[in-house]
Amino acid sequence: MQFSGRRKKLIGNFQNDLYDQCLQFYGQPPLENISLTEFETFAVERLKLLKTVENVGVSCVKNSEQYTKKLDAEISSLNFPHRGGISEYEKRRKDHISHFILRLAYCQTEDLRRWFIQQEMDLFRYRFNCLHSKHKTDFLHKNNLKYETVSAEEKKNLKDKLIASSYGLSGTKVEEHDVYKVPFQDALDLVRTRKVYLLAGNAYIPHHEIVTIVLNDFRTRLSKALAMTARSLPAVQSDERLQPLLSHLSHAYVGQDYSIQKNIGKISLEQIDALSGKSFPLCMRHLHKALRENHHLRHGGRMQYGLFLKGIGLTLEQALQFWRSEFVKGKVDADKFDKAYAYSVRHMFGKEGKRTDYTPYSCMKVILSNPPSQGDYHGCPFRHSDPELLKQKLQNYKVSPSGINQVCPTTSTHLTRFSTVCVKGFLKLNLVEDAGFSLNHPNQYFTESQKFLSGGRDIKKEVDMSQRSQENPASVTHPSQANSKQAHEEMGDLDSFFQDE
Amino acid sequence: MPTSDYDPACLPDLLPLYYRRLFPFSQYYRWLSYGGVSKNYFQNREFSFTLKDDIYVRYQSFTTQNELEKEMQKMVPYKVDIGAVYSHRPSQHNAVKSGTFQALEKELVFDIDMTDYDDVRRCCSAADICSKCWTLMIIAIRILDRALREDFGFHHLLWVYSGRRGVHCWVCDDAARKLSVAARSAVAEYLSLVKGGEETLRKVVLSDPIHPFINHSLSVVERYFQQYAIVEQDILCSKESVDKVLSLPIPVKFHNSLCQFWYHIKKYWKYLSCSHNIKKGGQYFDKEIMLQYCYPRLDVNVSKGVNHLLKSPFSVHPKTGRISVPIDLKELNTFDPFEVPTISLICEELERPRADEAEEDDVKDKENEQEAGERRRIRDYKRTSLAKYVKVFDRFLEAMARSWKGEMLKKSGELETSFSVFLTFMSFTYT
Repeated sequence: MQFSGRRKKLIGNFQNDLYDQCLQFYGQPPLENISLTEFETFAVERLKLLKTVENVGVSCVKNSEQYTKKLDAEISSLNFPHRGGISEYEKRRKDHISHFILRLAYCQTEDLRRWFIQQEMDLFRYRFNCLHSKHKTDFLHKNNLKYETVSAEEKKNLKDKLIASSYGLSGTKVEEHDVYKVPFQDALDLVRTRKVYLLAGNAYIPHHEIVTIVLNDFRTRLSKALAMTARSLPAVQSDERLQPLLSHLSHAYVGQDYSIQKNIGKISLEQIDALSGKSFPLCMRHLHKALRENHHLRHGGRMQYGLFLKGIGLTLEQALQFWRSEFVKGKVDADKFDKAYAYSVRHMFGKEGKRTDYTPYSCMKVILSNPPSQGDYHGCPFRHSDPELLKQKLQNYKVSPSGINQVCPTTSTHLTRFSTVCVKGFLKLNLVEDAGFSLNHPNQYFTESQKFLSGGRDIKKEVDMSQRSQENPASVTHPSQANSKQAHEEMGDLDSFFQDE
Repeated sequence: MPTSDYDPACLPDLLPLYYRRLFPFSQYYRWLSYGGVSKNYFQNREFSFTLKDDIYVRYQSFTTQNELEKEMQKMVPYKVDIGAVYSHRPSQHNAVKSGTFQALEKELVFDIDMTDYDDVRRCCSAADICSKCWTLMIIAIRILDRALREDFGFHHLLWVYSGRRGVHCWVCDDAARKLSVAARSAVAEYLSLVKGGEETLRKVVLSDPIHPFINHSLSVVERYFQQYAIVEQDILCSKESVDKVLSLPIPVKFHNSLCQFWYHIKKYWKYLSCSHNIKKGGQYFDKEIMLQYCYPRLDVNVSKGVNHLLKSPFSVHPKTGRISVPIDLKELNTFDPFEVPTISLICEELERPRADEAEEDDVKDKENEQEAGERRRIRDYKRTSLAKYVKVFDRFLEAMARSWKGEMLKKSGELETSFSVFLTFMSFTYT
């Protein structure tokens, strides 16, 4: 008893030293051994967290009450530290280790780095803002950020100047809260826009703005660290245990994979046309339309659409019938279909060759792999379409001009943003403020749409735990009945737009 | 006026004389070595020369003062530009692995060019300047000098007349030389108030609260505005130019009274700035107008780049013949760009015989060539109108030298401390 008691004490001390703060800059990598399982679990969980950060940031105004509530909920459910509880050692350890694992996965390309840095910054900002004022100062000092607080006397002398230079600063605020003195080189954004008082090379930054400075510091450090990590990556990748996991992570889709269909046989072929107008995401609508018009689809299109259909519940027999009936209307006769194309349909269902039961493509996969070329109809229209064409489409979706500019892909648009636009279509179609889900998979779009149209959503329904990883709690703002009428009208618009194509 | 007529055609004859006997090489070298605090600082500095017939050569670099002199005397550049301090010797940049040759440090520089004010000056345009619009430069220097010193904490600023239509500022502090591109551009933007091109009428927009920097700048502008805009530029002299002023957003209700009012404005200017009864937008229109007419217009691109090349002080301006001389800020109000010596003047002054010097020459023949050359050169420029400007440069260097000494002491101090720690450690381990 004595023995184990002593051991506990030791661990206690160790805990206190290593993870004594809720928040960290991730300056030092972890130095322990962990199992591969833990390695994988930690990584996947942090990835889920970062994706949540991204989704919440897209659907709510950052740092608003809604935003904070949602993130709070997610962070606790995923078991990450945020509000500085007492027994947070395990969570902080996970936080530390998982960050460094994801660095390995996300350091390789500019796109990945940018995404990772953006989400980590948003997460950091959120957690920093949650800290008490005193803890904030502690954190700054512990991390060698030479941001001195200005003495009360100096504050008094400079009060008018401070008020005249900083946004949202009043006399009382100056007196009550800290003002930090920071070398101007560390506050360039504020200097550039002249939003801060400068004296003798120092920027005088009020408390509420210090987070911007800290964030810049965080970004610079992380950016440098990622560049360094990329250089040492080859050594890591040569470890066979890690390599598959790391490459999987950076393209990871962490939701349901629709490999196990719940609705097998529940869809009839006759329904597909109608369904495509109501519940298919734009990419699948395109493919369906192209198939109907040309009576043919090339391999890429067949794979993307065919697997999607499997995901919504088509059986192998139905699929074969579907494809054959369409192709036969074109240049392919029944014989040729059976010889050349039927095989590949069966292959999709895992009945040939390796018997791999292929899973329907996630949005990430659609966007990243196999870009379409002339004569192809697959891919993600938000990613692969001509920008002008896309703008027109968005206008038809009745997205506002500023919204169009916001979401229209530019060279710097990250891959994950495309699915948010797709969701906007869903929003407009169904007249909801909040889709209640973040789109990661075409089949998810279908499921959500079907659920919605069948009135399966109540206001503020509590979503059960098993669904948590793919959806956020629904919050529909209008009752569903009133919606369906309007939805019909809206749908009419949408249909006519599709006819114009 | 002691200005000899300058003829560009004489440059090929005057320049060799200038570089041999007048150009202040030792001060120049002292400047760019920055006290030897950083190794190879001078050796890794890029110079560029514009030679006769507009031949432009970049990536010139030199290992010693002597080499610099010899090369300049040999190549006789019409223009000399100073660039950045690189990671390697610029003259060998081709031999360096691609990607590793990088600009590391450079002074923070500003270029104020009179042509940027053409829309608000009536006396001249393009490359011309006169004593009336020169006031703009005085205003610019006062505003920027104050801001760079008081707001940004810089100490070592060298203001130089460009030789024709503007001024340059070289900020030589250690911290300034190490600034990143982002930092330089942030400083330049902080200092920019006049924005917009041909199409923009209202180039200055002020809103509440007014930043202390703007207030400081306004107090400088206000000091000069009456004299400059009303008297010298006479912006109210004709209906046409009043219209131009009025085309700037002034609340309409003031237009009529302004038209009459402003014709008498020479006496009543002060009352405009006291009109507190303007509530909404455009409440600062009077300040905006003053700033639009007078506030310094900088080219952000010149300041941004670490590798940007800028005309060197003491370079000759090929079109005017004037030397780019340092400006003494204590005498700023009396600085006259038309009094700045031309190369022809100083060469002529050099040729004027001075009897008492002939003997000195004989005595000093025994010294080594370089020392003798320098001594002669110092005597030489002192005989010319260049003297007082070199003195300004000397004072600037002396002030900097004090800070270099501090740096060197710090560095040697660090060495001493670490050595003594080492000794202490050694003594412990052997106890």
